Amino acid sequence: MTTTPTETAAVDTAPAPQRIRYVTPAVSIHEDADGYTIEAEMPGVGRDGVHVTVADGELVLTGAKEPRAAGTRLHGEADRADYRRVFDLDPAVDADRIAARLDQGVLVLRLPKAQDKKPRRITVGD
Amino acid sequence: MTLLRFQPQSADVSPALRPGDLLRDYLSLHFPFFPQEKAGMNAWSPALDVYDEKDAFTVTLEAPGLTKEDFAISWHDGVLSITGERREAPRPEGTTCFRRERARGRFARSVSLPAGVQSDKIAAAYRDGVLTVTLPKAEEAKPKQIEVSVN
Repeated sequence: MTTTPTETAAVDTAPAPQRIRYVTPAVSIHEDADGYTIEAEMPGVGRDGVHVTVADGELVLTGAKEPRAAGTRLHGEADRADYRRVFDLDPAVDADRIAARLDQGVLVLRLPKAQDKKPRRITVGD
Repeated sequence: MTLLRFQPQSADVSPALRPGDLLRDYLSLHFPFFPQEKAGMNAWSPALDVYDEKDAFTVTLEAPGLTKEDFAISWHDGVLSITGERREAPRPEGTTCFRRERARGRFARSVSLPAGVQSDKIAAAYRDGVLTVTLPKAEEAKPKQIEVSVN
């Protein structure tokens, strides 16, 4: 491949990829016989701001915060960065049936296990 | 009135190291230098912000997963106090817990506001896990344009 000088110049001046800082949401994870339940705390995120993706065995949760209030912040403890957290998925999880709902800033995910991946009893024949 | 120490939640600290976690319990059990969770000091302390808008102060509190009935908000002598509690619903039999980073139990936050507030017009709303309290400023606390005559 040949590169013309103009192309090289364009690469050199391109800005470095920006590093985005995220807040790691606190989660609770519970398992039962039928699947997993993940609760992730994302206060300040509305329905439109939540994205749940499954790719390459990874579950990615992101949440974009809506601006709280106008005006000057006199005192601030809340982090204003968006939320992001990645989990490795148990291969037993049926990725097509993952369900999500948002309840007052808590993202609740239900990850059912695939029927054929559940432990089952095999009877020995004669 | 309960005053709690200001403990900003840094994004660099993994939630696993925040108070009330299994990892912290484990570390404090095996390594004595690791701080143990103390009642009161490390209790759930939801992040609180105060904004100064032109006609009002806005206080926001990040307390996800509650209902509006779980909050008690009071105003006394220039101090706004918010208390609340998260009760965990019992989980069905045969459920195993993997991680428990979410805070639970009671919290109490108080903040004093720098200027006069019309206490009878304080209003609160709970949306997306954020409690927003709006405190309209008293007339004398609003910014005023003062004409200064120069002779």
